[in-house]
Amino acid sequence: MRAIGIILAGGNNHRIKELTQKRAVCAMPIAGSYRSIDFALSNMSNSHINKVAVFTQYNAGSLNEHLSSSKWWDFGRKQGGLYVFTPAVTAESNAWYRGTADAIAQNLAFLKNSHEPYVVISSGDCVYKMDYNKILEYHIEKKADITVVCKDMAPDINVERFGTIKMNEECRIEEFEEKPVVAKSNTISCGIYVVRRRQLIEMIEKCAAEDRYDFVKDILIRYKDMKRIYGYKIKEYWSNIATVDDYFKTNMDFLQPDIRNYFFKQYPDIYSKVDDNPPAKYNLGATIKNSLISSGCIVNGTVEDSVIFKKTYIGNNCYIKNSIILNDVYIGDNTHIENCIVESRGTIRANSYHKGENGIEIVVEHNDRYVI
Amino acid sequence: MVKKEMIAMLLAGGQGSRLGVLTSKVAKPAVSFGSKYRIIDFPLSNCINSGVDTVGVLTQYQPLRLNTHIGIGIPWDLDRNIGGVTVLPPYEKSSNSEWYTGTANAIYQNIDYMESFNPEYVLILSGDHIYKMDYEVMLDFHKQNNAEVTIAVMPVPMEEAKRFGIMITDENRKITDFEEKPENPRSNLASMGIYIFNWKTLKSALLANAEQPGLDFGKHIIPYCHKNGAPLYAYEFNGYWKDVGTLNSYWEANMELIDIVPEFNLYEEYWKIYTRCEILPPQYLAPNSVVERSIVGEGAEVYGKIYNSVIGCGVVIGEGTVIRDSIVMNSTVIGKNCELNKAIVAENVVIEDDVKLGVGEEVQNETDPHIYNHGIVTVGEKSVIPNGITVGKNSVVFGVTSEADYEGGSLPSGRTLIKAGEEQ
Repeated sequence: MRAIGIILAGGNNHRIKELTQKRAVCAMPIAGSYRSIDFALSNMSNSHINKVAVFTQYNAGSLNEHLSSSKWWDFGRKQGGLYVFTPAVTAESNAWYRGTADAIAQNLAFLKNSHEPYVVISSGDCVYKMDYNKILEYHIEKKADITVVCKDMAPDINVERFGTIKMNEECRIEEFEEKPVVAKSNTISCGIYVVRRRQLIEMIEKCAAEDRYDFVKDILIRYKDMKRIYGYKIKEYWSNIATVDDYFKTNMDFLQPDIRNYFFKQYPDIYSKVDDNPPAKYNLGATIKNSLISSGCIVNGTVEDSVIFKKTYIGNNCYIKNSIILNDVYIGDNTHIENCIVESRGTIRANSYHKGENGIEIVVEHNDRYVI
Repeated sequence: MVKKEMIAMLLAGGQGSRLGVLTSKVAKPAVSFGSKYRIIDFPLSNCINSGVDTVGVLTQYQPLRLNTHIGIGIPWDLDRNIGGVTVLPPYEKSSNSEWYTGTANAIYQNIDYMESFNPEYVLILSGDHIYKMDYEVMLDFHKQNNAEVTIAVMPVPMEEAKRFGIMITDENRKITDFEEKPENPRSNLASMGIYIFNWKTLKSALLANAEQPGLDFGKHIIPYCHKNGAPLYAYEFNGYWKDVGTLNSYWEANMELIDIVPEFNLYEEYWKIYTRCEILPPQYLAPNSVVERSIVGEGAEVYGKIYNSVIGCGVVIGEGTVIRDSIVMNSTVIGKNCELNKAIVAENVVIEDDVKLGVGEEVQNETDPHIYNHGIVTVGEKSVIPNGITVGKNSVVFGVTSEADYEGGSLPSGRTLIKAGEEQ
């Protein structure tokens, strides 16, 4: 194999509010049946990268549970497989991961003990489909030191939470700004990189020696004039979910037939841990319009323009509109939910009313539930 | 040393010919059930839920779908270092080679497999019933009574008892006599085809009857054990147990799943049923869709209307189509403005636009009235039904059909249209 994989799944951020109080961003449920990290993991597996490390630290419980077996992504093997690295106290270090570069530095043995010439780095909070081999070929053809996958965003999208890139006509990156207040370009970095393994080890070691910890700031931006850093532009669907609005929009995107077709019907597939839920059940009185319903749901009420995740119970006379209901939520009778994201495992009492008036409201309600 | 207290042998080789074209290409245990499941999922899930982690699956008739479904047993957690699930087809031997000629003959041909686990008890199961049962409780009953053979039985209405093998017991549930499909039954305890044997008893009975043609548990092994004085006990089971051997009972059992609280409840956390399903994404219901009193599998795309039906994974139902009282299995595509009434449509079928299934008067089926009855229309797997065709009740369509196959654009009630040869 030509490459090993690294998935950066450590992050948390306040822009996604209460939703990450109990899970890492990478473990956020997506499109009814998946979690965010499934996309990067499936891409790795489908690109025949058999040895993949996941770096995680913040609220890793949900993520660890999701990764409890690696066989769903075909990583249950003797050669390679899935490695989950959380920060550990060692003779050299007792620090948390202080940044993406630090996470790699603290687990440098993983890179050193591998023999594959290249490393593919991806973040775990993006929804996309990609054959990394194509970038690898581009990387080799350009004789690049680092290749950064990037995408042109629509002019009306605020790119200030991304890294923005300016390339020359040969696609070499000339400017790279991290989270600029006023962006000079609407080309953003997708958080997917290809780099030669030895090169990465060398840069990470140097970085660590200088007490620098961030891959983007301390490697990409600092080295951009010295090393050959190239951009690889993609036109396909790519979405980062790390804000409430983007998370909401990404899920709603799956109501469009072409996006469903791209992710669900076209080769290759996206894999996820299988939950063994029974088929969704619609009782008398169920009315569903333009919505995604996942396995294990029981629906008695009305659902419109919404994404309902697994094992949700929707009571009689409920009205759910333009909302996302995460896994295993119980919604009592006569409840109205509009423009909301309902946190998983919640129990919403009968006759409740929730409506996001200015944007999306996040509903976290954990009332007692009586399970038969 | 390898040692398993109890191993299971699951008989999955039968055709199940009363399911008609549904089992033309697959063995009965591999037929879809309840949208996303297959019939064999029930005994396999019962095994792992009962702590039986070593299961030999005996296959013979059309095993491909069964083999790919079972794989190495991952969905049931039956991928084990020691034990797990093993598919056991008939094989050639140095002196002779034969198919599995009977239920017990199939077990006899796999004595070496069973011996390798050094078991105390062997559980014999069949792969064609829908039920949830804790085999460990049955084993406790077996041990308590110092039985050598325990047969699971369930009480059936007296008038139906003549369709079953009937056990006559004393007050301690010790079997005193049994009769196969008796005219005048003396008891209503019907054998469910589930047995626990002491391995020693089973082995000696199999070896003693090895030469018997068509060696069968009900006909030969159980009577042999009884004659030799082995203590036989009947374990009474009172839960849901459904034989889905005929198209009508298969249809009924599926329809029972859509009740508000079904008697056979798949939504309980306890005693989950596991299956392999490659289709993961959620189902999409379009703005003009209606789904009422139905269950729908993963990845289905519904643009039409569904009432009282069981819809499999990855099924596409076009706009304006109305489906009532029907079963549509995985990955079937149904076009626009179709009408399905009491139809069973197998996997990977293509039904084009404006097709009507199950309309008109009910007429007895011309070729197989004992299979195709109760007004059910049956469509075999990978069939194609072209635009604008009308198919009557008690009819059956199988194969890639074209308009030329339908006189005047319709197949009247009671007719059989099988073109299976051409697609191979």
